[in-house]
Amino acid sequence: MQQILNFVIRNKTFLLFLLLFSIALALTIQSHSYHRSKFINSANFLTGGVYGTMNSVDQYFDLKTKNNILSQENQRLREQLLNSHATADSSYIDSTFSQESYRVTVADVYKNSYSSTNNYLTLNKGKNDSIKRDFGVITSNGIIGIIDNTSNKYATALSILNVKSKINAKIKSTNHIGSLTWDGKSPAFVQLDDVSQFAPVKVGDTIETGGESSIFPKGIGIGTIISFESDISGDTYTIQVKLFNDMTNVGTVYIIENLDRTEISLLEQRNNE
Amino acid sequence: MNSVAGINSVRFILLLLLQVVICNHIDFLGYINPYIYIIFIFLFPIREERLVLLLISFLLGMLVDMFSDSGGVHAAAAVSLAYARPVLLKSSFGMLYEHQSIKFSTTDIGSLIAYISLGTVIHHFILFSLEIFNISNILLVLKKTLFSSIFTTLLSVLIIILFSRNRK
Repeated sequence: MQQILNFVIRNKTFLLFLLLFSIALALTIQSHSYHRSKFINSANFLTGGVYGTMNSVDQYFDLKTKNNILSQENQRLREQLLNSHATADSSYIDSTFSQESYRVTVADVYKNSYSSTNNYLTLNKGKNDSIKRDFGVITSNGIIGIIDNTSNKYATALSILNVKSKINAKIKSTNHIGSLTWDGKSPAFVQLDDVSQFAPVKVGDTIETGGESSIFPKGIGIGTIISFESDISGDTYTIQVKLFNDMTNVGTVYIIENLDRTEISLLEQRNNE
Repeated sequence: MNSVAGINSVRFILLLLLQVVICNHIDFLGYINPYIYIIFIFLFPIREERLVLLLISFLLGMLVDMFSDSGGVHAAAAVSLAYARPVLLKSSFGMLYEHQSIKFSTTDIGSLIAYISLGTVIHHFILFSLEIFNISNILLVLKKTLFSSIFTTLLSVLIIILFSRNRK
């Protein structure tokens, strides 16, 4: 007993180091597995507060570009509105049965990173705005990521620039689907894996969300095809996609909730049983 | 609270804020960021208990992790740096360390740069290996370690020289 105590006292620095290092290592390993509740994330009052203060100073510096983006979006939406007008008033919509299936919340990006291989965004909407895990995050140009953790006032989103991220996507001209991943190299490009060899892939084609997962609505833009190559096995293509979004410059995002999500997942669960 | 504890607390908070508010968002050439919060570990008083340094380094790393959503990579790297610090001090300063009489504000610049750069490389290598966590991407780890280390060392030495009093 005496010897054990002596050993502990003699090596106390090393033992403490070992303890702290293993705690840190455990947290690291845990953070590498997708969707595990985490203790250490930036959706809390301390980090949220600091990033909020920073954002309120920071946002003055790019008001001009933000205005430009907004006016461009306005223009596009107005075009859509004017074009849809003619068809809308000719038919009668029964409001009891046609309900909207997506709810959109606007949020400010408090923190965005793109230099690491596991990137997250911190947004200024949280549980108080009924934001929950697995809601989609998009901008006017295309998709950004998926909500991961939420606190009362803030949320973190798993960026598409995260090696853990896997999003269902398809080629716009055909309906061939694949999964969107990131190799951790350049923030301007992502990869679309597992696209069938039968798909007519052309450089310049548009990639959009597939609508197969219940997170994103179908048809939200992702990017254009830059190049593609056959997989090692020769059955599938791996496609390099240039993102529509400049992921290094994201200011305002829209959080999308699929209101039919629980219904869909219940149905799918029943199939699996 | 005596002045040593006071100075170190202020340094802790200032470096943490500087790191998360500014340095995490530099992204020079797309991926190069300086991690200057380790200056706190470099400049921690030598005569203090090593256990205290380990615990405070862990806390500092954990806070940086919290701000940058990176699990525990900064905590692990900071604790390792804190643990390796005596060896670094001995190899860079030699006799001065043996006599416990290093004053970072008056040591010669060569030893200081050796000390900082060695420590930075160790810290960054652990940081990026854990962050990328994939042995097949070892080249990416080394690349990030090299470039970020240069950036951090430059900035750290500059900051230490700028903010140290009565350097001749």
